[in-house]
Order: sequence, then C-alpha cells, then structure tokens
Amino acid sequence: MSAGTAKLNVTVAEVKPINDLVTRFKFIRTDGGELPTFSGGAHTVVEMQDDGFTRLNPYSLMSDPADRDAYMISVRRDDQGRGGSKFMHSKVAEGLEMVISNPVNLFSLDLRAKKHLMIAGGIGITPFMAQMQQLAATNGHFELHYSVRTASLGSYAEQLSERFPNRVNIYHDDLGQAIDLENLLIGQPLGTHIYICGPKGMIDWVRGKAAALGWPREAIHYEEFLAPASGKPFEVRLAISNKTIQVGENQSLLEALEANDVDAPYLCRGGACGQCETAVVECDGELIHRDHWLSDEQHRAGKLIMPCVSRFDGKTLVLDR
Amino acid sequence: MTIQFNDETFRDDFSFKNSPAAIKRFPFPFHEDSYMYSVNLEPHTKTRPGSPFEFAFDVDEHYVSEMKDRAVTLADDPLRCQSLPHMTLAGWDLLEYIMEAKARDYPDLFSLTKDGNIWHWENKPLEIDQTFIFLDESTLPYGPMEYITRQTQGDFALLDQRDDNLWLDAGMITSQADWSLDFNVGMNFFEWHAPVPKANEMGIFVRALKFLLNLQQGAPARRLNWTMTVNPLLDTSPENYHKWGPMKTGLTIENIGSKQYLRVELQTLFRLPRSNAIAFPIRAYLCRFEDLMTVPKWGRRLHRVLRDIPDELATYKGFIDNKPLMLEYLSRFDDGAPTSDGIWPDEA
Amino acid sequence: MSKTDFPLSIDSRPVYGVFEMRAGKHHLMIADAEGAEALLDLATAAPADLWAKTHIIYIPKTTGKKYLGKLQALSPDQFYAGPSYEAAKQRIADTFSKAHMGLQVYLAGTEGLMGQAMYAATSAGIPHTAIQTEHRGSTARRMQCVHCKGITEDVTHDPFICSHCGLNLFVRDHYSRRMAAFQGVCIDAEDPGNVPKSVGLFK
Repeated sequence: MSAGTAKLNVTVAEVKPINDLVTRFKFIRTDGGELPTFSGGAHTVVEMQDDGFTRLNPYSLMSDPADRDAYMISVRRDDQGRGGSKFMHSKVAEGLEMVISNPVNLFSLDLRAKKHLMIAGGIGITPFMAQMQQLAATNGHFELHYSVRTASLGSYAEQLSERFPNRVNIYHDDLGQAIDLENLLIGQPLGTHIYICGPKGMIDWVRGKAAALGWPREAIHYEEFLAPASGKPFEVRLAISNKTIQVGENQSLLEALEANDVDAPYLCRGGACGQCETAVVECDGELIHRDHWLSDEQHRAGKLIMPCVSRFDGKTLVLDR
Repeated sequence: MTIQFNDETFRDDFSFKNSPAAIKRFPFPFHEDSYMYSVNLEPHTKTRPGSPFEFAFDVDEHYVSEMKDRAVTLADDPLRCQSLPHMTLAGWDLLEYIMEAKARDYPDLFSLTKDGNIWHWENKPLEIDQTFIFLDESTLPYGPMEYITRQTQGDFALLDQRDDNLWLDAGMITSQADWSLDFNVGMNFFEWHAPVPKANEMGIFVRALKFLLNLQQGAPARRLNWTMTVNPLLDTSPENYHKWGPMKTGLTIENIGSKQYLRVELQTLFRLPRSNAIAFPIRAYLCRFEDLMTVPKWGRRLHRVLRDIPDELATYKGFIDNKPLMLEYLSRFDDGAPTSDGIWPDEA
Repeated sequence: MSKTDFPLSIDSRPVYGVFEMRAGKHHLMIADAEGAEALLDLATAAPADLWAKTHIIYIPKTTGKKYLGKLQALSPDQFYAGPSYEAAKQRIADTFSKAHMGLQVYLAGTEGLMGQAMYAATSAGIPHTAIQTEHRGSTARRMQCVHCKGITEDVTHDPFICSHCGLNLFVRDHYSRRMAAFQGVCIDAEDPGNVPKSVGLFK
C-alpha cells in the first residue's frame, strides 16, 4: 500500500495549557462531520507546516474513543527537541486548519485480559486516558498506577482520581512516593495484562521485574515513542529513485525522504513499528541506529536502517529507496 | 425496489440461477490466462459502477434467498456462528460498519437513524424493523455480529490483532470452501492457513500477514479467490462433506455445463475502529459453466487456466477428479484466440 | 528439540520442547504416563527449592505404580495422582482459579493430556506460548470427528472409524488447541465404501 495513512482535515477547536509543560489540543473536523471512532491506545500523526518543511509527529489520542465530535491530544514541551513540540506550543492556535492521520493503534488493549494493569509515567498517561474511558464504557476491569514529578506537573492526575477513585493510584516523586512494584506484580490474578507508557527507564524497570517474577512476555505491553533526535547533517543516495538528498540537522531521514517526494511507508515515526524499514545498499561510514525495531544483531550487520529515527555519519550511504 | 430478488434455493432442488445481468457482473477471478497463488490485494475503493466492487458490501439479486439459506444452516448447526467473549466489541464495530454502509449505498433498501445510542434499523428486503441500544446486547435478538451477518451476504471472520499476529476469534461461516469455524476458531493466521499447500513455502502468508497487521482505518483492501463446486451449494462445509461430497461424482459431459459451478470469493478486509480488530468478509459468487461460456473471453481463459494448473492445487481445491471432464468441456470454447487483460467481458 | 521424533508437519500441528527451569514463585506440573520422566529429568537440573513451590498432578494411565514413588520422593508442595484427566479436571480448574501471574506451567506426556491441560491453562489467561510442554510416551492421537464432533481418544490407525457416528475418517495433521484434538474427516464421501487399508501410524 502507499505511504502513510488516510488523512483527516481538522480545525483546532481549543488550545488549553494544563500545566507549565503540557498543553492540550482539541481537533474537530473542518467539514463539520463526525470523526472516526478509535480504540484506546491509538495515536494520530499530526502534520505541521513549520517554516517551509513538513514535520509529522505522532501523539496519543486521549479523548473518549467513542466521542466522534472531537479528538484531543496533549503535547509536552521539549526544549531540547527538534522543534515539533515547540511548534505545537507556540504556533498552533484556535482556528488553525491542520491535517492529521486516521487513528493507528500500536498499543492496543488485549481484550481477553481478565484485568488491565496500567503503569504510567509523566506524559505517558495520555493513551491510558482513552483506554480507561473505553474500558469504563464496556465494564472492563482496570487499575492505574501513575507516577508524576510533582502534583502541579501531574497532568490529569486529579481529574482521573475523581472519576475513578478506586482504580487510580498517584505517586509523587517529590514526596518520595514510588510504586511498590514487586508486591503489585505478585498479587495479580492469572489473566492480568500490564501496560506501560512512560520514560524508557520506567518501561525497562517494569519489564525486567515482571520477567524476573515469571510473567509471560505476551502479557506485557509497552509503548515508547522515540522522538527523532537531531544530529549532524548528512547526504544519502537513493538507488531506486536515483536521487541524492540532504538530511538537515533538525530533520529525520524519513522527513528528508518525504521532502524529496520519495515513497516511504510509515506508521509510528518513532522506531517501533517497522514500517519504514529500508535496506542499505552501500555504507562507508557509521549507521547511528536509534530504533527498537531491529535486533542488536541487525544493527551490527548494517544491512537495514529505520529512517524515522536513525541517522548516518560518514562518507557514503546508499539506500534501497 | 431497484433490485428484483430471486426466489431460489441452494439445496435440495437447487433452483438458484443468475440473470443475464448477474452473469455480466460476475467477478471472474482470472485477469490473465494462468493462475498462481499470490497476495493480490488491492484497495477496496469504489470501482466500476454496477460491479460487485462498487460498494463496501454488495447486495444483489440473491440476497433474500441467501439469507434464508443461512438461517436454515444455522438452525441445523448453531456452531457455524461463534464469537469468543472478547470479540463482542468487534461485533458491534461490524454492525456499525455494515449498517452505515448499507444505509448510505442502498437508501431504498436500508435505513439507519440514530438518536444518541438509540438506533433504528430498517431492512426492507427482509422486512426487519428494529430499534435497539448501540453497545447493549440485551436489546438485540442475537449478538451484534450474528444479528448483522444474518442480514448480510457472505461469510464473516473477525480477526483479533495481538502479539504481531491475527487470531480468528469470531465468525459467521455458513458458505465456506470446506473449512470448519468450530475447529479453527481461536487459531492464529498461520495455523488456520496451515492446510493450504504451496503458499506457505512461497512466503505468501508472511507477506500477507505483514500487510494486514498494518491495515489502516479508512483504507480497506480486497482480493479474489476461487474454487469449484458441483451444484449451487453454499454450505460446502467439512461438517457436511459426507453429504455433499457424493455430488461431485455424478458429472458427465452432458450435464457438466449446468452442474459445475465456478465459485468466486470476494474477500475484503476492513480495520474496525473501536476494537482494532479486522473484519474479513468472504462473499461467494456462483456461476455455472454454461453461463460463463456466454462470455467468449471467459470460456477461452477458464480452459487455459485449468489446463495449466498444478495438480497439487487442483487437489487442494477439490476438483482433481473432475479436471479431465472440465477440460474436455471447456476446450470446445477455446479457439486459441488471444484474450484481453483484466477480468471483465469485452465490450460488444 | 523434542525428545520424540515427529515428522515435519504443518503450522497448526503443535511442537513440543524440553523443559527448562523458569523464574516463578509457583510451578504447576501436569503429566501422564511416561511424562513422569520429563519431571524427573528436570529434577536433575533444578534448584533444590523448586519442589517446595511445586504442585504435581499426575495420571499414571498404563504405567501403574512405576513412577509414583520417584515423583513423591521429589517432595513437591502438593501431589495428586488420579485415574484420568477427567478425574483431575476440577482440581486443575481450581488451581488456576486461585493462581497469580507468574505461575509456571509444565505439561508432559501424551498429546491428549497436554492438549487438554493447555486449554485449561489458556482459558485461565496464560498465553499458550508461555506454557512448557515435553512429549513422552505414546504418540496416539486424540481425534475430533468434524462431522459429528465426537472425540475418539488414543487413535493409532489411519483411517479409523469414528467411535460415535461410525464414519470412516482419515487423520489430518490440522490441530485445534480449543478442541485439544486433531481433525478427522470422512475418507470415502465421494466413493462410499472405498476405504484404504488402515495403517498403524501412531503407537
């Protein structure tokens, strides 16, 4: 199939600061129609027309999946990032028309689960907000454990505690509160699935502890979107399209391909889904792999690269695109 | 109503027949003079008005009779319709998808009006008028998947997506090409395709699965598959194989044109939004050889395809024993003239 | 790799492995007949504290008392020996209903036993890929007749006669985890009475 995903034309209906770092955006369809429903955990890819080039960033949908009037996302400002979140925070205002993708779910609930145990850190709360609304509407059994730096930076913590008082547990880092993970995991009934969304350290911690306690791999789900990191500019030759393109400092290789009208499929744009996997034809230099799709062995072999997050440093790189 | 529905049977006296218009729109599955397995998926977008590809769910002259035949099959064997408990939401997804599509595409036959979660569904051909609460099973006479697929032609499989695989966790299967839902329900993509020869070693399923896992909301896909059936039987299930199997032995050169049917499956794939499952409708179209022969291009092509097909495939599709007779019959319609590309009849 | 040498087959046919120790606070081992040997082999490599966390459910079938003493000598936390899978079924269901995530499941012996216990474990919420299996003993098959749905246990010959509806069935490799059985399909539907000679394929 063709690159990317089916698109939706939307208008920004609300921009609401949630705290010092996080702002919430509400989209409605520009033509006034209904938006598609989605499943909890889905994201949308937001197109940003930023100073002459198109940036596409994925954000989890946090609104009620059954609500067809509007979608909501939350964006955490990242001053060290390449500018996507800065663009959203500074250039996106009510009334702006934007293009977003149809929802795509790479972090879906396993609906067979007898219980859904959700573990969130920071802005990782957003996919769970949609999932909890989905489960609440269908009598699902869930429980949330949510770590925040401080009460004031704990996006939506209060709102969630109010809505689901017996299912939501909040932990404040600044008060020295932490999830008692071992006891939490030991006590779960057979058929429980864990979902983790947050910083890489948190994901690794939960996965490691669960594995040590004998949890099966299939019962552990996590979502870690890598934002593509900036890096030294480099040049790439494309064997199929017979083009030589430049990848800028604040541009990903995938974005550079798109800017040059080269067909490159994608779903997550964060090194996780495998869609943009591209064969390396020739490489004189070092591939800087940043994805978690390819195995360590594949990284070492240097025959494949994930253009959404990975880069190159060296003399010549030829790709099969 | 715009469609004149046939009163016909798919069992006992086999009074099923295609009108000349139905023959002309038959989805002949061979786009060239040879056939081999392939993934052959293409976007399921509105194409060729009047063809089975015009709308998301095709409704044709056989609709009412096919639904009656399904009801008879289900009364005899309710296990042809099963949904594992976690697939209820996918069932609602399917119901919503079909009701919205049919009301949009066939406004003279179906209508759907919504007042919040209270939905009103009218199905004029089947004389159904139902008010129900969306997502509340207790307000429908059957589960949501069963309810809507008792009113929609074709078999339906609902595939749950998890662990980088697809799982056949629900289905309404009453007109299948010899596979058992009751046995296969709960299997993953590779397991339920395990009996298919050759395709696995060709890597077909690995590629097909990769495509399907990435199937997008709003971007459905389709492909054609085919097999052979003696008599216009919808229920060619393994459960009843000992009953329909003997029919395959009564063919002669005199009766093969009227008794041997080419059976084409229009397989479509839709990502279901609320459940993230995939709906996999498998719609069967039947056309007997002598009706196919009214289109000269199809006569020539069918002869060439069957002549060159590997025995392994003919065995898997269940017509190896009748293949010589088919070729004898079909060779009369193949004058060796070239055929045009694509599946449709040449314009006169 | 499996201790029993099975011919290459299709993707729906289960494959079996050799037990390895896995992390976990509780271990459930279900075995029949020669399956006991898989548990005893595991014991040679397992840490000493394994058995104090282990529940063994064993169905000796034709092996009688042969392995009972050795299994009991492992001093498992809980031990049960019973006459049939049917007899043990409630105990197995009860064990799963009270269990927590992290429970390790080991199934050993015939395909029929492993298949049925596998179904109980997956129904309780353990992914089938997380359950260890080791085939020992008989390769006779548990067959479902696709026509009458009846199960015939310990099928050794192909084709065979359905013990319920009497049709002549051929033995497929197509396997259903939900049925815990292989599929039997009428072999003479297109030529009633023309049944090939039955061959002993499984022991």
